[in-house]
Amino acid sequence: MSHAGHSSSPSPLTRGEVSAADDGTLRPSAKAGRRWPAGWMTGSSGDRMDQAGAKRVQFSSPFLPYLFLAPQLAIIFIFFYWPSAQAIQSSFYLEDPFGFGSTFVGMSNYADVLKSNEYLGIARFTAVFTVLVTFFALSIGLLLAVKADGVIRGNSGYKTLLIWVYAIAPPVAGLIGMMFFDQHIGPIVKLAAWFGWDIKVGLDYFDTAFAMIVVSVWKQIPYNFIFFLSGLQGIPVSVREAAALDCRSGTRRFWTVVLPLLAPTAFFLLIINVTYALFETFGVIDVMVKDKAANNPITLVYKVYMDGFRGNDLGGSSAQSVILMAVVFVLTIFQFRFIERRVHYN
Amino acid sequence: MHRTKILDHVILLIGVFIMVAPVVVAFMTSTHEAADIHSNGLSLTWGGHFAETYKAVLTREGGFTGKITGFNMMLNSMILGLGFAAGKIVLSMLAAYAIVYFRFPLATFAFWIIFTTLLLPLEVRILPSYEVMNALKLTNTYTGLIVPLLASATGTFYFRQFFKSVPDELLEAARIDGAGPFKFFIDVLVPLSRTTMAAIFIIMFVYGWNQYLWPTLMTTDEGFFTLVRGIKQILLVWVGSNIPDYNEAFALAILAMLPPVMIVVIFQRWFIKGLTESDK
Repeated sequence: MSHAGHSSSPSPLTRGEVSAADDGTLRPSAKAGRRWPAGWMTGSSGDRMDQAGAKRVQFSSPFLPYLFLAPQLAIIFIFFYWPSAQAIQSSFYLEDPFGFGSTFVGMSNYADVLKSNEYLGIARFTAVFTVLVTFFALSIGLLLAVKADGVIRGNSGYKTLLIWVYAIAPPVAGLIGMMFFDQHIGPIVKLAAWFGWDIKVGLDYFDTAFAMIVVSVWKQIPYNFIFFLSGLQGIPVSVREAAALDCRSGTRRFWTVVLPLLAPTAFFLLIINVTYALFETFGVIDVMVKDKAANNPITLVYKVYMDGFRGNDLGGSSAQSVILMAVVFVLTIFQFRFIERRVHYN
Repeated sequence: MHRTKILDHVILLIGVFIMVAPVVVAFMTSTHEAADIHSNGLSLTWGGHFAETYKAVLTREGGFTGKITGFNMMLNSMILGLGFAAGKIVLSMLAAYAIVYFRFPLATFAFWIIFTTLLLPLEVRILPSYEVMNALKLTNTYTGLIVPLLASATGTFYFRQFFKSVPDELLEAARIDGAGPFKFFIDVLVPLSRTTMAAIFIIMFVYGWNQYLWPTLMTTDEGFFTLVRGIKQILLVWVGSNIPDYNEAFALAILAMLPPVMIVVIFQRWFIKGLTESDK
């Protein structure tokens, strides 16, 4: 368990806090970059998975632990396992549109989905959208974090001003974005017109995609900033000093010392940002597209929603859900394997 | 050296500008009249119609049924945010307590059951979740709005992590003094967890307040609309109108972001701690 730090440690943004492990090795941003609960990874420190808790002394009672677990487990069974099983089941059935039962159709829902040009087009857009949002949100977040870490004067002011957008809900960000891209009053439209670009959000496929990406990136920058800054400030002062002596060039120091130390944080954020772009941008897209998906770019999750709730295609929507589940599942397994290797890279 | 520092500040100021300006413009514009905005565009100056606009948004009865006010929606958002945060803390503290402090045969199994929920976000199972809620007759209820969102492991892991960092000696001492599981939990663990609870509460409140997709599915009765969910309705009403109520849309956006933003700014330290150590 030693690799993941303890949550009782002081605020991660305390400058110069050493996050070296007990044995003196450096595992700089394992603390910031942790999605997995410590102990989930059967790691180097001899933590055994067969003992989910790790107390030397424990209570033993035949029924109390079950009593304490009951509410959480009940909710998880009813609202997680039941619907998930339902999704998998109905993806193999064709629902009668008038509600008179359903017929088993095997893999044909999947075949229909995967053969549909529309679906493949949306999948392609989702991929491009995800790559762009992730790339820009990560790089701008990192740039700002590096600069905020470097300045001393005004440090906490910058921090507050740069993180507070985190608290704005995606659809609210979408609404503000819509105004800035509005045909009549939008300043961004006017600015673009000045360069001869006539932005028509909601009408032009490319322009709508552009606006969606801008808003989605804007909303996600604070999150990345917080984690990168926290990762940077977790780098021990001694390492910074040694690096400063060895290497005068700040840029080179960044690429050769700082960035490798930030790698676990960056990877963790990569996965989080991909998940964000795939799922949480729903609010942004919904506000910008307003149920008129016709000529507008939408993501796969939005398609699941449209088919399920607007098109009443239970089987197809479920099949799409299961495909998405598979994507997320692979992503998470990948994250787990990679982080396991990366965190112990020294 | 000196020059690079100035460049750093310039980059940071541009960053701050990009993050802050849209919201400042949204707020300033919301104080102008709709016709004014329509002809002059967005504004960076004070329009002087703050009171009218916000009063109208908060108290005027609107929507298709004509019975929902901005104030109602704010109340619903508050119920969702607070209910979600409180529920999350109670459920996950109890579950984490069982996993960390008790020796029982199914501990590992329970741990995995809870852990698996991290793999699939709500978004990928919206339709079946909706069907389940329909079967349970929970659509258009606060229970249906809040409880399904609680079906995830995040809080449990945070508390588990925290409990494991609590020194074993405390439990040993408590047992020597004859404290049972209930007494130890309430008299020792809960007071010790106060900071952790505060951090989790902030994150969860913001998360709950900002929910969009689930409330959109669960509530068709406007009486249950939250502010964030109401946003789209506002936009839909607009599409046909000649001079859209830009001012009111902006005012609503400002109201929808105000409570979570205030909480994040005021409790910044706890917020960052909770976020970087737990992820949600």
